[in-house]
Amino acid sequence: MLTKRIIPCLDIKNGRTVKGINFVDLRDAGDPVELAEIYAREGADELVFLDISATEERRKTLANLVYHVAEKVNIPFTVGGGISSVEDVDILLQNGADKVSINSSAVKRPELIDELVAKFGSQCIVVAIDAKQIDGIWKVHLVGGKVPTEIDLFEWAKEVEERGAGEILFTSMDHDGTKGGFANEALAKLSSLINIPVIASGGAGAISHFTDTFTHGKADAALAASIFHFKEIEIKDLKEELKKEGIPIRL
Amino acid sequence: MEIVIINYGAGNIQSIKFAIQRLGYEAILSETVEEIQNADKVIFPGVGEASSAMSKLRLSGLDKIVPQLKQPVLGICLGMQLMCNSSEEGNTKGLRIFDLDVVKFPKSVKVPQIGWNEISSLKSDLFTAIPEKSHIYLVHSYYAPLGDETIAESEYALSYSAALQKDNFYGTQFHPEKSSVIGERILQNFLEL
Repeated sequence: MLTKRIIPCLDIKNGRTVKGINFVDLRDAGDPVELAEIYAREGADELVFLDISATEERRKTLANLVYHVAEKVNIPFTVGGGISSVEDVDILLQNGADKVSINSSAVKRPELIDELVAKFGSQCIVVAIDAKQIDGIWKVHLVGGKVPTEIDLFEWAKEVEERGAGEILFTSMDHDGTKGGFANEALAKLSSLINIPVIASGGAGAISHFTDTFTHGKADAALAASIFHFKEIEIKDLKEELKKEGIPIRL
Repeated sequence: MEIVIINYGAGNIQSIKFAIQRLGYEAILSETVEEIQNADKVIFPGVGEASSAMSKLRLSGLDKIVPQLKQPVLGICLGMQLMCNSSEEGNTKGLRIFDLDVVKFPKSVKVPQIGWNEISSLKSDLFTAIPEKSHIYLVHSYYAPLGDETIAESEYALSYSAALQKDNFYGTQFHPEKSSVIGERILQNFLEL
């Protein structure tokens, strides 16, 4: 049976992890490769690296990081942040990324999805969607959730699927950072409307939130950052608990 | 030992090279007929779309070379699918090594299948020391049905071939290079054939 995936997300700036980390066995807290290796050992099913640098050299630094992660890590990983062209994706895949995620660039120019799918195949193109509710309607937001658009989340998700994306990473800006649980109602609606996997993101604070998003939210995978970085929840404990709850999980 | 990863412009071959390195071996990427023919082990990767990958193979003449190889050959993901008779994806004729036709998953499940699934009914020395129901990582929309050459099964909407073998030809639908320690052991088994 296909298992539900647990995905730690690492924020990267200039080739280094951003958020504070208190892993005792980490020699260099800012080294994404070392952190990735630890997560892989602890049972993460996949990793996401989100690059938030804004420097001239960001492309080269990111490609270099991807190369070193691929060298060491034996689970799949996705790279996102600032990707806006076929060339960007080509460099990352060539250096060993398994998937790339695109966000604002796809909203600005949806044909980018078609171009990437034609060149690299659906299986490595993840479309990340940040959305929040405005007057009860889920609206897509850009630039890390800062800039609202008039685009409806569900309409956009359908278009993304039609254009050939392999997966959707949905972050609820209403839930992100609250540690109050995932946006399960919207997630379940997404899963009923589209037939590609959906990764839930935003709101993880407790083990029960993961159980809920896999059952009520019908999510195929769940992504979280700070609760893993700060060891509030150990991946191993989380997965054992989910297994006990009857959720298909890889231990 | 000479390990060659066939480099015909299809997919993420860097990860396979690194996985082999982690096992203490070195692999070279090559598209040269002679280098491929003289290797001790050949890995035939593939990510992307079947018909365009097959055109690339034809363009370099490798479609004629691969089925004639005598040493152990491992097709991974799309590589395995191209070793079958045909693929429904882009109505593609395959290399006809495995006597199976690759078809698309039904709409009753999410397509592509992405993630970790179990393998069972393990046969062949490719799975030495691999327990039944081990988890492996897959990303695919098309599958090879079960057949006489099936050496591992998996389930997604239906039972299908997670791995195939015919003589010196092996194929895995999953990515051993991305399947954690289980995948590394399977790769090691192949390299030690």
